[in-house]
Amino acid sequence: MDNKLVVAPAVRPLNGKKPMKQRIKEFLVDFKRQWEIQSMVIPGIIFMIIFCFIPIYGLLIAFKNYTVIDTLESAPWVGLDNFRIILSDKYFWDAVVNTLGISFLKLGIGFIIPIILAIMIYELNGGRFKKFVQTISYLPHFLSWIVLGGMLITWFSTTGLFNELLLSLGVISKPQNILLDAGKYWWIATLSDIWKEVGWGTILYLAIMSKIDPTYYEAAKIDGASRIRQIWNITIPNMKSIISLNLILTVSGLLGSNLDQTLVLMNSQNRVKAEVINSYVYRMGMTQGDFSYATAVGLGVSIVSVILLVTANKVSSKLNDNQSVL
Amino acid sequence: MNRKVAKEDIDSRVFDTLNIIMLFIFMVIIIVPVWNVIISSFSSGKALAEGGFIFWPKEFSLENYRAVFRDETIWQSFFISISKTLIGVITHVFFCAMVGYGLSKKYIRGRKLYISMGVITMFFSGGMIPTYLLIKSMGLLDSFWVYIIPALYSFYDVVILMNFFRNVPDSLEESAKIDGAGDWRVFLKIFIPLSMPAMATIALFNGVGQWNDFMTTKLYITDQALYPLQMKLYEIIVQSQTQSMQNIGGSAIIETTTKGVQLATIVITTLPIVVIYPILQRYFISGMMLGAVKE
Repeated sequence: MDNKLVVAPAVRPLNGKKPMKQRIKEFLVDFKRQWEIQSMVIPGIIFMIIFCFIPIYGLLIAFKNYTVIDTLESAPWVGLDNFRIILSDKYFWDAVVNTLGISFLKLGIGFIIPIILAIMIYELNGGRFKKFVQTISYLPHFLSWIVLGGMLITWFSTTGLFNELLLSLGVISKPQNILLDAGKYWWIATLSDIWKEVGWGTILYLAIMSKIDPTYYEAAKIDGASRIRQIWNITIPNMKSIISLNLILTVSGLLGSNLDQTLVLMNSQNRVKAEVINSYVYRMGMTQGDFSYATAVGLGVSIVSVILLVTANKVSSKLNDNQSVL
Repeated sequence: MNRKVAKEDIDSRVFDTLNIIMLFIFMVIIIVPVWNVIISSFSSGKALAEGGFIFWPKEFSLENYRAVFRDETIWQSFFISISKTLIGVITHVFFCAMVGYGLSKKYIRGRKLYISMGVITMFFSGGMIPTYLLIKSMGLLDSFWVYIIPALYSFYDVVILMNFFRNVPDSLEESAKIDGAGDWRVFLKIFIPLSMPAMATIALFNGVGQWNDFMTTKLYITDQALYPLQMKLYEIIVQSQTQSMQNIGGSAIIETTTKGVQLATIVITTLPIVVIYPILQRYFISGMMLGAVKE
């Protein structure tokens, strides 16, 4: 910290910038003096270069024809060929349709439910029941998708909970494993995801709600506002910015999907409806070894995701009186 | 006036009652399926084959668990899961704390560059295949260290710890430095003990992540001796899925022989999470908030 005192402002040249040579020299002197603290940061920087920046550089293979015998440098350039193949790849577009279908279902149902649940929990006004509800609702978040997948397979098996329930209610007459029914896969993926994450999704909302000034509610009560009205006119307006922030993040993630979930729930019967972009990249790259093509698919999708993020942010800031939430 | 208050009271009470009823239904939807799995795992294979509602063990038996533990590889998987979680958490927390401590010092040269590098890594990544090729070229395929080394660092955790360290009063550091302590000594002897709550939060989340992680194994490991429990369970699931598929419209008995093993493995795999869940719960709300107020 003492180094700041050493540099007197008067020595600086008039244009305010010191010459390059002097700056480098100063940097090295400081760096040397700070070697102990620098020795803590440098390992992190090296880690980032190796595990983050080298793979980003490795994206170049999307523009090459990389095979197992090549190195990144020796593989021949093919320009945009891989991306051209994507455009006519029927299986890829099937995966896009599935990804978007599941994402939109998750957005349509799964976005609003945590908000409702958070409001319901908030309205409990403390007490043991509230603690209990919170404890139970967060738990599924900590189950791995493999565990939940195993549970789902058990519940949906012909002798499982789901079939027994429907049989006894008289909805169906013959047990049937709906995991083998491709037409229902989108719903299974969506609802199981909601079941797992709905409670966890309330945490941020509850934290924001706990900061709302209670005098608002007292004033509303005196004016004779009903509880529903209080929620509509006080609670929800106070959560507007966190809701739109979440919405932006969800929209930018529309092309993303849960690879763990897909890998555990997908089988040969429901594959046509279950294959999503992530699992397609996995299959093309890891199973079929077409590294360049799989990388091109991944890169293309992440570029579209960034565009989605920027657009969603623009749109919501227009709606939000020109205030960007990001 | 009196009447108006009374009406409001009734409105409010109706609201509360409906609210509690709906939350109760929600609880049932969360609890019953989980309960069903736990209870079924303690039922005999015959009872499982018959089906029916299982809310209480039908023909209580431990045969499923015995079948799971008869397979010696499950012990190996247990060992892998525990060691990768323990080693992974300790190294991750220490590494992130070290980098976070360095970055928490405003005077450190190159800080702007370091931080912007970190931010870039939060938004961009090479994705699955380039990362796989890197791991492969480093010779980490089929090595236990693939669970530990790539998981050492997370910029998000670094930022959380950095913010925590910044709130520690400067006077502590200054007085230690006057006594001749170096940066490493100050970090190890003063800052680490002071930041136990923040580090515990990160350790718990990271621990759950390590325990539940399955993609790392799926991508980089083919050697069965290195399979953690999650991968073991995945294999059992895939196996029983294939069996039940070959069995469409066939007898239910074949489907249930592996079903019992699958159920018992699910319970065993989840048990450690449930055991630490009460501790976890104490930390995760503060943890979420630590993340939400960063910078």
